[in-house]
Amino acid sequence: MLIKTPKKSEIKESLVTDESVYNDRRRILKSLGFIGAAALATSPSSQAFNLFGSDDDDVFETAPLQYSQADKYKTEETLTPEKKIISHNNFYEFGTSKSDPVENAQEFKVNPWTLSIEGLVENPITLGYEDLTKAFALEERIYRLRCVEAWSMVIPWIGFSLASVIKKANPLSKAKYVAFETVYDPKQMPGQRNRFVGGGINYPYKEGLRLDEALHPLAFLSVGLYGKTLPPQNGAPIRLVVPWKYGFKSIKSIVKIRLTDKKPPVTWNILAPNEYGFYANVNPAVSHPRWSQARERRLTTGGLLTRNRIETQLFNGYDEVADLYAGMDLRKNF
Amino acid sequence: MRLRLLPKHIFGLKLVIHLSALLPLVFTFYQAISDQLGADPVEDLLHFTGISAFNLLLISLMVSPLAKTFKTAALIRVRRVLGLYAFAYALIHFLVYIFFELQLEWQLLISEIIKRPYITVGFVALLILSVMAITSTKKSQIKLGRKWQSLHNLVYLSAILIALHYIWSVKSDMVQPIIYWIALFILLYFRLNKIKSIFIKKRLA
Ligand code: HEM
Repeated sequence: MLIKTPKKSEIKESLVTDESVYNDRRRILKSLGFIGAAALATSPSSQAFNLFGSDDDDVFETAPLQYSQADKYKTEETLTPEKKIISHNNFYEFGTSKSDPVENAQEFKVNPWTLSIEGLVENPITLGYEDLTKAFALEERIYRLRCVEAWSMVIPWIGFSLASVIKKANPLSKAKYVAFETVYDPKQMPGQRNRFVGGGINYPYKEGLRLDEALHPLAFLSVGLYGKTLPPQNGAPIRLVVPWKYGFKSIKSIVKIRLTDKKPPVTWNILAPNEYGFYANVNPAVSHPRWSQARERRLTTGGLLTRNRIETQLFNGYDEVADLYAGMDLRKNF
Repeated sequence: MRLRLLPKHIFGLKLVIHLSALLPLVFTFYQAISDQLGADPVEDLLHFTGISAFNLLLISLMVSPLAKTFKTAALIRVRRVLGLYAFAYALIHFLVYIFFELQLEWQLLISEIIKRPYITVGFVALLILSVMAITSTKKSQIKLGRKWQSLHNLVYLSAILIALHYIWSVKSDMVQPIIYWIALFILLYFRLNKIKSIFIKKRLA
């Protein structure tokens, strides 16, 4: 085998190319299993054959949090291990495959941060990085998370209710909806910089709820999981958790919460209106055009051979939200 | 340009094909069973087996253009083993779907094959590959005579259906499926005359 050691005069390409461009190129190369490695079989995960894997092992530092545990939000269900929660993410700002965010987000900067609560409110609020974990009493809530792709996890989140923030801002009576926006920072988010990495989404990512949904006690703003602050791949420093809706409603790395009188446009609905509705309530009876939603694979411990397929429940089992949709045709308003 | 391939070269090439098809398969399944393949081994396996099957099929379609370019008929002898591995991966892909994704919900399997266009085309592609694999022996070739070639021309249809299956299966990230479409078009372009003649013959018949 011929091993080539670079001479001093041969400058490494990474030194002359802008680092972000260089990394983008590596990411694209990596996604092309076909060209890479003349590959028959490209590795599906970073653990297999790490041909183009990251060579920087810096891991984002999370910090322990102080919080209370309400009995109401405990569960008998088996928790999904932390390792899986922080390595299996849909966060297209950092790449479209599930293992991209954990690989690409470790250098994401969350401090300083500003989250503003604005729009049709009497009392607009801005929260800085420190405020996110200090301005409201933190509690732990164990919620099921059901992804629209028919897998699910059980996650111990830490945070505070969305209602507590909205009430503090004091919405005007005209306010009917709440619009959310993820940070737009192409320098830090390769998917926003490059359409080939970000799955063709027009960033920033946007989500929305009806005001009464947002005020429901279950709607939650999370700043941590498993006792520590969130890692970037899970939406640091602050993200929404709406456990009765499909995961994509639970928008990550939020910078703006805006109260409005009109139904706000939301990212996946813009992208594929026949597949993703505004409501996106978990509903086993309404299938995605391309797959059934009747069951889900619960990701906990155990490998391939665990029988982890369970029935999906209406509103992901959170029946207490049913009143919000009384009289509505959930097939039409999917 | 002319490339001379001796039997020992073909033997070596086949050995490489066997190893590079089998080792990743064994390794990846080992990881999946021992819970080392990431949080959702089922998704990873579906992607791994699907993309590998397609890669192998495209590589098998490269054989005859390469053999022509380098005027080395001997190369054709690796085509069958590549095609068979493409079929094997596709079959395993289907079995992963049945055993680990649907976990043996047979009724759902049938309704999904009927109701979801991307599954329907995948299924038809798999049927074509199965028929080709079954009739891939010398014996079948002799028995079927001229029909054998017509039957095996279905590989082009199968490859197009798989490219369709792929692009319909993704949520929004079209880049990679589009690259596969381009690769497929290039491979079909090499055979433009042959493909034209398939259609013309059909019309005359
Ligand atoms: C009845 C037959 C088939 C079924 C039920 C089936 C099912 C599936 C499913 C469920 C996915 C994953 C979609 C997702 O979650 O992203 C998939 C993806 C895929 N399948 Fe199939 N498939 C079938 C036949 C085939 C055949 C014959 C081939 C190729 C020879 C193939 C190649 C692929 C490829 C390339 C992907 C995309 C993988 C990726 O996104 O990385 N499939 N298939």
